[in-house]
Amino acid sequence: MDGMEAKGEGIGARVRRKEDARLLAGRGQYVADIRIAGMRDVAFLRSPAAHARITRRAKPANAAEAVFFLDDLVGVKPIVTRSSIPGYKLSEWPVLAAQKVRYVGEAVAMCVADTRAEAEDLAERVEVEFNELPAIASCEAGRASGAALLHEQWGDNLFLQSHFDSGIAPVAASAPVKVELEVSCARQTMHPMEGKGLVAWWDFRAGQLVLNTSTQVPHMIRAGLAEVLGIPQAIIRIAPPDVGGGFGYKCLLQPEEVAVAWLALTRKAAFRWIEDRREHLVAGANARQHHYKLVAYADERGRMLGLDAEVSVDTGAYSVWPFTACLEAAQAGGNLPGPYDFRAYRCKVFSVATNKPPFAPYRGVARPGVCFAIEQVIDAIARAVGREACDVRAENLVPASAMPYVNVTNKHYDSGDYPGSLAMAREMIGLDEFRAGPKRDAQGRWIGIGFATYTEQSAHGTKVFASWGLPLVPGHDQAHVKLTPDGALEVRSGIHTIGQGLETTLAQVAHEMTGVPLADIRVTLGDTAVTPFSTGAYASRGIVMAGGAVSRAAGVVAERIRAIAAHLLQADPAAVEFRDGAVHAGAASVTYADIGRAWYLRPDQLPDGVNTGGLEATEGYKPTTDNGVFSYASHAAKIAVDPDTGLVEILDYAIVEDCGRMVNPMIVEGQTHGGAAQGIGSALFEESPYDERGQPLASTLLDYLLPGPTELPRFRIRHTETLSPHTAHGFKGVGEGGAIAPAGAVVNAINDALRDIGARVDAIPASPARILAAIAAAEERAA
Amino acid sequence: MKPVAFDYVRARTLEEASEMLAAGGGAARLLAGGQSLGPMLNLRLARPMRLVDIKRADGFRALAADDATLSIGAGFTHAEIEDGAVEDPARGLLRHVARGIAYRAVRNRGTIGGSLAHADPAADWVSVFAALDGVAVARSARGTRRIASGAFLRGAFATALADDEVLAAVELPLLSAGARWAYRKVCRKTGEFASAIGVVVLDPARGLARVVAGAVEAAPVLLPATSEALRDHGPDAAEAALAEEIARLLPHLDPAARRLRMVAVRSALRDIAGEG
Ligand SMILES: Cc1cc2nc3c(=O)[nH]c(=O)nc-3n(C[C@H](O)[C@H](O)[C@H](O)COP(=O)(O)OP(=O)(O)OC[C@H]3O[C@@H](n4cnc5c(N)ncnc54)[C@H](O)[C@@H]3O)c2cc1C
Repeated sequence: MDGMEAKGEGIGARVRRKEDARLLAGRGQYVADIRIAGMRDVAFLRSPAAHARITRRAKPANAAEAVFFLDDLVGVKPIVTRSSIPGYKLSEWPVLAAQKVRYVGEAVAMCVADTRAEAEDLAERVEVEFNELPAIASCEAGRASGAALLHEQWGDNLFLQSHFDSGIAPVAASAPVKVELEVSCARQTMHPMEGKGLVAWWDFRAGQLVLNTSTQVPHMIRAGLAEVLGIPQAIIRIAPPDVGGGFGYKCLLQPEEVAVAWLALTRKAAFRWIEDRREHLVAGANARQHHYKLVAYADERGRMLGLDAEVSVDTGAYSVWPFTACLEAAQAGGNLPGPYDFRAYRCKVFSVATNKPPFAPYRGVARPGVCFAIEQVIDAIARAVGREACDVRAENLVPASAMPYVNVTNKHYDSGDYPGSLAMAREMIGLDEFRAGPKRDAQGRWIGIGFATYTEQSAHGTKVFASWGLPLVPGHDQAHVKLTPDGALEVRSGIHTIGQGLETTLAQVAHEMTGVPLADIRVTLGDTAVTPFSTGAYASRGIVMAGGAVSRAAGVVAERIRAIAAHLLQADPAAVEFRDGAVHAGAASVTYADIGRAWYLRPDQLPDGVNTGGLEATEGYKPTTDNGVFSYASHAAKIAVDPDTGLVEILDYAIVEDCGRMVNPMIVEGQTHGGAAQGIGSALFEESPYDERGQPLASTLLDYLLPGPTELPRFRIRHTETLSPHTAHGFKGVGEGGAIAPAGAVVNAINDALRDIGARVDAIPASPARILAAIAAAEERAA
Repeated sequence: MKPVAFDYVRARTLEEASEMLAAGGGAARLLAGGQSLGPMLNLRLARPMRLVDIKRADGFRALAADDATLSIGAGFTHAEIEDGAVEDPARGLLRHVARGIAYRAVRNRGTIGGSLAHADPAADWVSVFAALDGVAVARSARGTRRIASGAFLRGAFATALADDEVLAAVELPLLSAGARWAYRKVCRKTGEFASAIGVVVLDPARGLARVVAGAVEAAPVLLPATSEALRDHGPDAAEAALAEEIARLLPHLDPAARRLRMVAVRSALRDIAGEG
């Protein structure tokens, strides 16, 4: 693709994923595959009410050691996520609800039996009585005066309200074009293929509580769990097995995780809990729900002058640990201006406590919502000034000549050509040919094209996280690299592998630095007992942070290899080359095994003054800037809408993406495909609706629609590579990006198709019901 | 999401299955492909004391034809119908419909009998059975009953089967060479249950014209006036009669839902017109 792929096995090479040998053959080992002698199963009794006082709890007879209420969990503290942001209100999330329940699905009792089925039988026999309170099922209801309070001591239902104004007033007074709109995004589940789950057991030999838990962030979970259990971190080992997708859901310290860990800690035995689909759909409906009120100002050509926004995040009942209840709000307010160049911005953000599962950052964190919102704004401006939306979009993007560019919310866009990427997407999707041709197909469907361009802060730095007030701020990521006596390379990092290909890409980086063949590189991730510290896999930070750390540690080991090789070859170290799986100097060469043997087995062959660190090193890394590095992309969708059924078909989908230096283009494409599939889920299918009593209406996959292969287009991807000036090798993050733009592009395309009818969809998913309602409303207006 | 404990027995024959059902007195349940019952067990919506597995029982997989009808054993799977292992009495309609049910893994197990006995209003076979005016063959120790589709499909998840009766087979008319059919299933995803179904069967040689609106949150609804217009005057006339009849016969649906059923049937009528 575009001639930037490297040959060989190092950075830039399209090599097959090492982990797929097991993952694609059904030999991955996930939590549910683990068997430990005597292991017992746990099921949770969950609240059927959204908001209620618990008036009575009673265990079945003879179940003292099988059913546990909060009172039994002596020493366990509630999950409290502190934030340094002024005005932020703390929530206390009890591991099991005891006095009050605040969402349907909240765990009330923990039931233990030999099998899950028996544990569920037990749960049915636990008696809990609820005295229902009025439920807060929307941001609007939560902010209404006299609303029932989730956390009485707060006095209102706001985790936080924040306000930013660069000075909108003069623009509002003078702008020739003003556009107003309201858009919203449905609540969603993250739905990793493997749900949450863990086995917790006591390791007598190590004197440690061991959690084989499905997590993205093992080292953080160790810290969080120690705090809530009130025990030293030294007696906790987090050893996650294969993780079948995370998307942010597995970044959280889950109450179930704490409760089951407590069982293992106090009973010194093995227990497991495996989340099922229904639990995920009900208790895990925790993402994406935003509502926007937007007023945009522009000149007569559609050049944006300012944006006045009010954003509400339906934050759910408690704050998750460690990302707080307000990371979403901070990112929504901070990222709404997106890749666009305007200088007047006002934004109020409300993080509203509601009787729903606690909100968590999901792949793309707030940006799928803000991208959808700002892209609706751009198209609305284009409609208002009567111009082609793609032209208006191009003129509003930050131009390449302005890079590096500091935007109105102080984001530092380091590099890139945003209008260039849009122009490529325009050409790939064939906008100009389409505009010259028919707007309906043979079946009478309306056709439309829509675009969305985003810039994605990835690998957010220390200062960025600190400004979000988090209790745990990432600094340097560590990696350990070691050449073994027989010339293989071991790479260890505390980040975890969740299906994103790190076992391959980190090996490619290590190969790049040392020349050790990829097949001889073994990457070990996540287990806190054997890996150096990393805060983990989230925020599109893996290849930048862990990749940077591996690059550094491998670079150090490479120099030591070089020194020993030079001595063995009787050559100048500067003349030593890593090539073709061996170490060369002129015509002579030694193998990596020769070097390993010299250090470990035949030290008599070593040079004088050899580095006593040996052939292993642990090094830390963070980019030279703390601002994060900005990847970007343009997505273009061509769709058909059936005006009779409201069904949408995606006819074509083009992506032009730039994530800096690609370590493995195939993995970049895989990440982009997967993210874009989830984005299309948001755009057209996925929704966790609630009724006024806070009852979830989608508790099975019959009601909660996930896109499948036949609903997805063949994504056509083009890459550009604008290296980051701030990172090792010019890497930028790419894990989340694909999920950001689809809703923006697809809904713009739908609205482009419906334009002649005068209909416009303003909420996602753009379900048939919403599309038909929009058409009916337009017909009514026309009549 | 694990079921409540139950006993499991495997019936050797259809007769044994019906005896076991009778002995269970309402607490026993047949298990065919398990593609509807399995999820209901796991969600604990169904709590039978005993499951009687009929997958390998003799008597559910007979095929018998006379001049006018084909009798298909209740135990044939959607996949077998899709693959043509079962002759298609409706000149391709059954194969077409089978291919659109769920996805292959479900079709490999799910049976036509299980689908009809379950009587999910959105299920495909339910609408097809109504459109073809099939006959359900019910057996018990008390004897055999042949129940016409209209009497068999009583409503959402409700059939005329008694507690001790098994569905042995379905009888479907053999359409003549000049017959035409159209099937429109409106759904958001491949293999999803329908949000609306329109079926049209037109067999002039047999004087048969049936237009059915399916997935109506109740038993499928035959549209007699539309059917008659189709038989006597063709698809355009049928379409002209459609809106009024849908409004009259589907009063329980809200206007948008009603309109979607109208669209499904109208599309099916237009398919017929396009072929004619
Ligand atoms: C993911 C998924 C998607 C699906 N999508 C569709 C779809 O698009 N369209 C569609 O039509 N269906 C769909 N289905 C349902 C599927 O077609 C089922 O197979 C069918 O409804 C039941 O058939 P079964 O043989 O599996 O019956 P079972 O699940 O074994 O039984 C269903 C019920 O019928 C009873 N029963 C079974 N056989 C008999 C008999 N011979 N006599 C009396 N009672 C009997 C059982 O006791 C039970 O109450 C889907 C199912 C799944 C899991």
